[in-house]
Amino acid sequence: MRAVLTVTGSDRCGIIATVSVYLYEHKVNIEDISQTILGDQFAMIMMVDTSRSTVEFAQLGKELTELGEKIGMTVRLQHADIFDAMHNV
Amino acid sequence: MFSKFDVIETIEMIEKEHLDIRTVTMGISLLSCIRASAKETAQAVYDLVCRKAERLVPTADALSGEYGIPIVNKRVSVTPVSLITAAFPSESALVGAALDRAAKQLGIDFLGGYSALVHKGTADYEEQFLATIPEVLASTERLCSSVNVGSSKSGINMDAVRTMGEIVLKTAQLTKEQDGLGCAKLVVFCNAVEDNPFMAGAFHGVGEADTVINVGVSGPGVVQHALKFIPDADLTDAAELIKRTAFKITRAGQLIAKEAAKRLGARFGIVDLSLAPTPARGDSVAHILEELGLEVVGCHGTTAALAMLNDAVKKGGVMASSRVGGLSGAFIPVSEDIGMIESATAGAITLEKLEAMTCVCSVGLDMIAIPGDTPATTISAIIADEAAIGMVNNKTTAVRVIPAPSKKVGDEVSFGGLLGRAPVMPVHTGDGGKFIRRGGLIPAPIHSFKN
Repeated sequence: MRAVLTVTGSDRCGIIATVSVYLYEHKVNIEDISQTILGDQFAMIMMVDTSRSTVEFAQLGKELTELGEKIGMTVRLQHADIFDAMHNV
Repeated sequence: MFSKFDVIETIEMIEKEHLDIRTVTMGISLLSCIRASAKETAQAVYDLVCRKAERLVPTADALSGEYGIPIVNKRVSVTPVSLITAAFPSESALVGAALDRAAKQLGIDFLGGYSALVHKGTADYEEQFLATIPEVLASTERLCSSVNVGSSKSGINMDAVRTMGEIVLKTAQLTKEQDGLGCAKLVVFCNAVEDNPFMAGAFHGVGEADTVINVGVSGPGVVQHALKFIPDADLTDAAELIKRTAFKITRAGQLIAKEAAKRLGARFGIVDLSLAPTPARGDSVAHILEELGLEVVGCHGTTAALAMLNDAVKKGGVMASSRVGGLSGAFIPVSEDIGMIESATAGAITLEKLEAMTCVCSVGLDMIAIPGDTPATTISAIIADEAAIGMVNNKTTAVRVIPAPSKKVGDEVSFGGLLGRAPVMPVHTGDGGKFIRRGGLIPAPIHSFKN
């Protein structure tokens, strides 16, 4: 499944490292990565493929949210279809 | 494909501008539940609803988690109960109680369909069914009721209009400890639709398939926020922006509706293209109208602004969804919209202006508190006026007023949650009683004869 992972919060060292290590350990492939500013916050956006993930999608999302909380960031994992639906005719 | 800006926009809509799926409503036909007695029928209804909707809440919660968009309400609508209990109408309350128990068992907040369709005439069994409504609404928690008293094709059943004025008043009196809360669960329609996912007026029409998923979207905050970026644009450009925004909102609803139907083994019914406000700040239809340049909702210009908003929402939404239905338009419930509450409290919006607004938008006089000593005939006359607007303009209109027991103009009623709070608004004190007591049928307008 194609999904979008977003990480927002105050910029700090090790955000990409922390998230990508977790993804690597759970066999989630990063297809694209970019960053931008959301309001006055740092925002990292990853396109990921969860089809070979070692855990269920819902569990993946939950664990990533918890991981984010540990490093003071907001992490969301969302099915890519919602962005496709809302932004493409 | 989408860009990183699209991702950010969606996240901001959800997290800052209250974009949500307002309701995923499962419509269930109860026609197969009719048995020889009320008791057996009630049991069959309970069993069927609990079985069909067993996975509604967990499925909606799972979808919400996967797509990252809140699904606020999970609900069920059923075949108008008057049809199920036609052989034993005076015992309809047994089925009402069974439905309320089912709603609690399923963990849903409302279940709609304690309803009757009497737009051309009231049968004896329907007369007896209508009489049960006040006590059923007072003794249940999550059950909603609606009655269709008119249509563009049939005219207005003024005998039913008269009855409904009395039923609204009695319902308020039986729930007086809660400011007349029972009336918040009772809608009187003209041109009721069979696939409406929104409460309190949802029921599952007899022309519908067995089990259907209908979805209501929302997002007044998103529209208001978008308009903030074009403060000086002309109204053509403003309408265009609303249209584009409605498209995005509706697409989210369409996605959830199709996926929910697939997972629940039901048919995808419709997406209701609505702007449904909540009492939360930043989630108000009234504030969209003010963003367009009105000092306060209710002032001159309000009807025109609302007409434009309603039309633009539909145009954007129709493009976004393969199946559109329900009520589709902007809702203007007073107690459920912070902008409306403030305007009504300040006396800037009147019942008469609200009535004018219902000519150009979705539904009708909604969640309006009126003095507790309002005569039943005046409530009937309010219903008749609103039904006439619906009948002549080929649109759905409805009345959901709360004659707040022991309250006077200036007092406030508070229901909490999504139902919100409302100041008691004045009604015209002139007496329309004789007109209402005439009864009969107001004939359908000439332009309804299209065959």
